Amino acid sequence: MPTFEYAPASESRAVVDIRSTYGLFIGGTFVAGTGGIFTTVNPATEEPLAEIAEASAADVDAAVKAARTAYTRVWSRMSGSDRGKYLFRIARLLQERAREFAVLETLDNGKPIKETRDVDVPLAAAHFFYHAGWADKLEYAALGPDPRPHGVVGQVIPWNFPLLMLAWKIAPALATGNTVVLKPAETTPLTALLFADLCRQADLPPGVVNIVTGAGPTGQAIVDHPGIDKIAFTGSTAVGKMIARSIAGTRRRATLELGGKAANIVFDDAPIDQAIEGIVNGIFFNQGQVCCAGSRLLVQESIADTVIKRLQRRLATLRVGDPLDKNTDVGAINSRRQLDRITELSAAGEAEGALRWDSGCPLPDKGFWFRPTVFTGVAQTHRIAQEEIFGPVLSVLTFRTPGEAVAKANNTAYGLSAGVWTEKGSRILWMADQLRAGVVWANTFNRFDPASPFGGYKESGYGREGGRHGLAAYVVTGEGA
Amino acid sequence: MTTAAADATADATTAEVDANTDANATTDAAAIEHARALLGVSRLTNAALTRWLHGLPGVDQVGCEARAGALGTRSIKSASKAWAIDLAISMIDLTTLEGNDTPGKVRGLAAKALTPDPSDPTTPRPAAVCVYGDMVAIARNTLGDSGVRVAAVATAFPSGRASLAVKLADVADAVNAGADEIDMVIDRGAFLAGDYRTVFDQVVAVKRACGTARLKVIMETGELVTYDNVRRASWLCMLAGADFIKTSTGKISPAATLPVTLVMLEAVRDWRETTGTQIGVKPAGGIRTSKDAVKFLVAVNEVAGPDWLEPHWFRFGASSLLNDLLLQRQRLRIGAYSGADYIADDSPSTAY
Repeated sequence: MPTFEYAPASESRAVVDIRSTYGLFIGGTFVAGTGGIFTTVNPATEEPLAEIAEASAADVDAAVKAARTAYTRVWSRMSGSDRGKYLFRIARLLQERAREFAVLETLDNGKPIKETRDVDVPLAAAHFFYHAGWADKLEYAALGPDPRPHGVVGQVIPWNFPLLMLAWKIAPALATGNTVVLKPAETTPLTALLFADLCRQADLPPGVVNIVTGAGPTGQAIVDHPGIDKIAFTGSTAVGKMIARSIAGTRRRATLELGGKAANIVFDDAPIDQAIEGIVNGIFFNQGQVCCAGSRLLVQESIADTVIKRLQRRLATLRVGDPLDKNTDVGAINSRRQLDRITELSAAGEAEGALRWDSGCPLPDKGFWFRPTVFTGVAQTHRIAQEEIFGPVLSVLTFRTPGEAVAKANNTAYGLSAGVWTEKGSRILWMADQLRAGVVWANTFNRFDPASPFGGYKESGYGREGGRHGLAAYVVTGEGA
Repeated sequence: MTTAAADATADATTAEVDANTDANATTDAAAIEHARALLGVSRLTNAALTRWLHGLPGVDQVGCEARAGALGTRSIKSASKAWAIDLAISMIDLTTLEGNDTPGKVRGLAAKALTPDPSDPTTPRPAAVCVYGDMVAIARNTLGDSGVRVAAVATAFPSGRASLAVKLADVADAVNAGADEIDMVIDRGAFLAGDYRTVFDQVVAVKRACGTARLKVIMETGELVTYDNVRRASWLCMLAGADFIKTSTGKISPAATLPVTLVMLEAVRDWRETTGTQIGVKPAGGIRTSKDAVKFLVAVNEVAGPDWLEPHWFRFGASSLLNDLLLQRQRLRIGAYSGADYIADDSPSTAY
């Protein structure tokens, strides 16, 4: 009997036009940087995509000055409804150029086109639409009396959702009247630079959005710059702690959205087929490179065997490979460095005695790849249950009672998200109350909406993004400041 | 109706049916024995069936529909598309179930099944022609031993609101007239009233009346409404001996949706894992385009598995779907859309 082979269904690259070199976007124009250059590669093929300017401290200074000028002369004087018009325009342009952004994001990040097309880009546009609506209603958002912008905001974003994290940062900042200096991650700068082009297309006043590319030192220059009024950072907990130390004792404020080690908790009365989908979506969405990924599966011991069997059967149908193929479910790991970290932690899992399983699916010869992997027999004391792997690796633990599930779920330095799977409504509410996590999903996982605040407890950071809570982080109220 | 009352009614019905012949009683007793063993109960009461069916894992509506939506985004191109179109054609139960069906109409439909596309003899034939019981002989006469089967709807289709005796007579008529397959309807009223034993007994009785004909059991999912009900009805019908579980009569909307079919595919997959027996699935009604058909095949492939990707285990109940598949097939062959004038049919479609 012949099997149903899906022929390659590759999305066309022709829609994107990648330049060989990119400068920095400062004051509404692309300028050459005074630092070095670095290369961004396609992680699925290791093919170099473009050479990117690395912003020096002097370049960052120029960007902050441009942002300050735009703030004092234009953006802070503009009415909320006029700011809203620009944000609506940006949102519509993102939708019009959705395919271009999706293909470019897939090339630069390695994530499947299915995800950039159906998740990253539509959600990025949704964030601009949502915040555009708030721009002229801030006084009615219950943020406190007389909400006013901070001024110039420095924003540093990660490589896992390059465009979406840019939208989470820039949309609320602009809606509340701030101007921004944003640094995309060094492995994924291209969609931010395409967004710079879109800002020009939208006639956004020069200097309102400035994009400086670079690695750690560029980010440090933003954090240390005295002209920055507020820092917004999404990334690793280690870097988040450095930022918190840098700004301690200064008037600069920060919101930090850091790592996670979320528990996805499956009770014996869960809708089992949907729970399996939720587990897959929780840890293999975006190759597990998600801060809120459900990387610890806590399954009630009485159904552990059947859940693991069903999960393995489902994983055998995941299609791993060319991210531009519309049928690909799992794409490439973003960088060699990240692949090395995932490999190292998985080896540690084996060494500590957990049982490793993967589907054994073929992987491409070139590029950075890691098979969706499940560890069973994991204990809380194992590194793979404690440390954020940030890759397609699931650690399975069991529990006996709801109380034990909560205790194990909370027994981590992190507290970003959690999932609960049960058909019992009262248990969902009780669990949500007990779990120390910023987001608790019930009978679903990894769902995002601009109206819903997102952020963490404990070492997962502080401050919220999205919803009214997210707006609050970008304004001062009353007599303050 | 209380559970006890339902049991009493069910037992009475069973008793009445079993009074027919000793042979029948033996057949039914075997089916009940098989079910008792599977449930692990000493008596197959309605309470036992209820506990068993309500012990199945629930279906989360949002998650189920999201999964169906995700399967629908698969992009099937070139060679795999051609393969899928031919497979879909070979899985069709080409159907006419109208009050104004005439011998001429049925002969035309049967002829269409024998030669779906006169311009291309390599076109596969549909699996069966599906008609009302009184048209079986006419269809049989045209189809002969071509291999295209004759399927008949029976058991007071589509509502099923008749006595069991009438339903069994309906089945016997169709089988005697030469039907290879019987498409029965379950008593949705009994199911929704919680009287699972009645539904079970009727399927058992009809299965016996089918003899060697394969039995497809229509659950009319549009009337059961919830996915939990669809899952329970699927397991109940499989327990009672269905060879196929089928979504709809085509007379009620919604008919065969992808999420409903997904729940049924999960049911046959889990049933085979539990009992070792493979059961077929037939979505019927509302599948009109090749694109839709391919989505269903993707769902079969990824949910139940490749074992179900053949006409013996998966069917489409459809009438206009065949012409769209033929149109797409011609397009793949000649590289351009031909149009309705190039799709020969007794009731030509004007949709394209």
